[in-house]
Amino acid sequence: MINIVELLLPLFVGAPLLLGGILFVVPRHHPLQLIMGMGSLLALLGGAIVLLILTFDGTILVHQIALWPGGISIPFVADSFSSLILVVAAIVSVISFHYMIASGEAQSPSIASLVLILAGGVAGALLTADLFNLFVFIEVMLLPSYGLLLFLSRRGDMAASRLYVTVNLLASTLFLAGVGLIYAVQGTVNLAALAGAGDDPATAIATAVCLGALAVKASVFPVHGWLARAYGSASPAVAALFSGLHTKVAVYVVYRISSVVFEGDGAWMTAIMVVAALTLAVGAFVALGESEIRPLMLFQMVSGIGFILIGVALFTPEGLTAGIVYMVHHMVVMASLLLIASAIEQTYGSGRLDRVAGLRTREPLLTAAFVISALSLAGLPPFSGFVAKYALVLASAGAGQILIAGLLIVVSLLSLMSLMRVWADMFNGKRHKDVELLAAEERIRQREGLFDGEVIDTDTAAAEAAHALERHGPPRGVLASGDPHDHRGTRIPLRLVIPALMLSGLSVGLGFGGEFLLQLAEHASSVLTDTSGYVGAVMGR
Amino acid sequence: MSLALSIGVLAAAGVFLVLQRGMIRIILGFVLLTHAVNLLIIAAGGVSRRDAPFFGGDTSQAADPLPQAFVLTAIVIAFAITVVLATFAVVGRRDDDTEAGNGSPQQSEVDGELDAQLDSEHDSEHDSEHESEGERR
Repeated sequence: MINIVELLLPLFVGAPLLLGGILFVVPRHHPLQLIMGMGSLLALLGGAIVLLILTFDGTILVHQIALWPGGISIPFVADSFSSLILVVAAIVSVISFHYMIASGEAQSPSIASLVLILAGGVAGALLTADLFNLFVFIEVMLLPSYGLLLFLSRRGDMAASRLYVTVNLLASTLFLAGVGLIYAVQGTVNLAALAGAGDDPATAIATAVCLGALAVKASVFPVHGWLARAYGSASPAVAALFSGLHTKVAVYVVYRISSVVFEGDGAWMTAIMVVAALTLAVGAFVALGESEIRPLMLFQMVSGIGFILIGVALFTPEGLTAGIVYMVHHMVVMASLLLIASAIEQTYGSGRLDRVAGLRTREPLLTAAFVISALSLAGLPPFSGFVAKYALVLASAGAGQILIAGLLIVVSLLSLMSLMRVWADMFNGKRHKDVELLAAEERIRQREGLFDGEVIDTDTAAAEAAHALERHGPPRGVLASGDPHDHRGTRIPLRLVIPALMLSGLSVGLGFGGEFLLQLAEHASSVLTDTSGYVGAVMGR
Repeated sequence: MSLALSIGVLAAAGVFLVLQRGMIRIILGFVLLTHAVNLLIIAAGGVSRRDAPFFGGDTSQAADPLPQAFVLTAIVIAFAITVVLATFAVVGRRDDDTEAGNGSPQQSEVDGELDAQLDSEHDSEHDSEHESEGERR
């Protein structure tokens, strides 16, 4: 069984790439697009779960491409850490793609292909143990992302896409330069062959160039500014997909490199600790000042990256475990919150906190999903965020970093404050008069395939709004005359709420099953604290 | 030495161009930057050994093939991304904030509404959907 799975390891990359390529020739509206797209993502999820089960007991699955001897070949490795992240990445991909189908975005040309190629690139980046190969897979992830941005930027706003491409190209170029420098110093870019090489100052600096490039991709302070601008005007579902995949792959690689190359060397980990602490504080502060739901969530995401990096900066077994738990929790909850923001933006045509109000009485399911995800992000029990933050605070305190532990708690309160603002402005409050008109314009735009910039005739919009008021009467049991909240008019369709509900359900599950999650993360962190198994397996010893 | 100088000049020129206004300059800057990195990788393999490892060449003096393979891959990827960037240079020219004029104060009398929107993108994106988009199109 293990041998067969080892041989099939490259399929995690190859199959999505191949199927994505095939889907380019399938006609745009053919049902095969969605069936094959969803089927392959589910198969990827299934495969990832198989990997997770097989690696649970500490087994490390290795495939040397073309069966070259270890150290020379390009190795594909699945251990308990990469399998766990692959599972969560696959879950986020499946749910984001589900949302794209529900919102009709998957009807745009070649979306299924692009999502599949993106998933293939993510699988490759998580499984490869070769730094140059990693660069290639990061590019494989990025190219379909550019396509997704281009096809789905409904705002007709290319400026953000330009920013995204240039920032990522610059970071990739820097990463490539770092890989070149590592090769110059060590004569190899095989991660396992570089084990412990961080003691050599030249290698350490070359690797630091790579880490710097990854910091840009993970949007770590002070190079975090691009994220909210670039993701802020992408299609919301794409933002959710990217948030779960791109930044987290970069963070995953930071974990891997810190553990294998630096072996948790104190000076480097202190540097990571400083930027991580700044990232989590700055992200939470900026989120407080945002006036739209999506940028607010995106800065919460920047803050979360800081939380995850605290785990690796501590580099104690408890710290790594907590960091991995936080990463899993954050991928799930952030995608959920961004999908909630998507549902609001796509239904009401605006994500401004002062434009949309009174969602609490109109959208019970969305409200439930938001409350769960928001409280989970803030770190309240019984959700996954509590497990993650509790473990992280305990680990920081246990490592003697009382200051960091305090900072984590204070920043969590700040996060809660900015989420309370969303609650107070968007979910509570009385509905604005013009929101129906906004929603009507948004529907017309979606129907006609217009960009956000394009103007809509006032009469057409007014007619559409009146039509919606007429068609969607108040729910049963509410008298039209005695309804203080005016339940008529636009509602968020159930199909747009279901993906977020599933993710928030997962957060509840991970909260109640915190013991299980901690156990998974402990197994994952054990390959980081003791890299001898990983190195031995990759080098064929 | 000449290689190091070339890398330095290419990188400096690339950085200079990337910091200029205008998407085309930025693209050319990235082309130069990737060239600099490609040369860096070639330099990483060592340039003193240049023999071919076949046709009776001295294998101890053979050039390192791995950096060449790296560079070949990197060139292809850089080429693909240059094409993507070039697409972004021609698509949606109206909101190209890398071009001189767009989003800068000089143009305010011509297209004031657009500038107001670009300058305060975060705050006014949705406001201006109603007020200014009419003038934009």
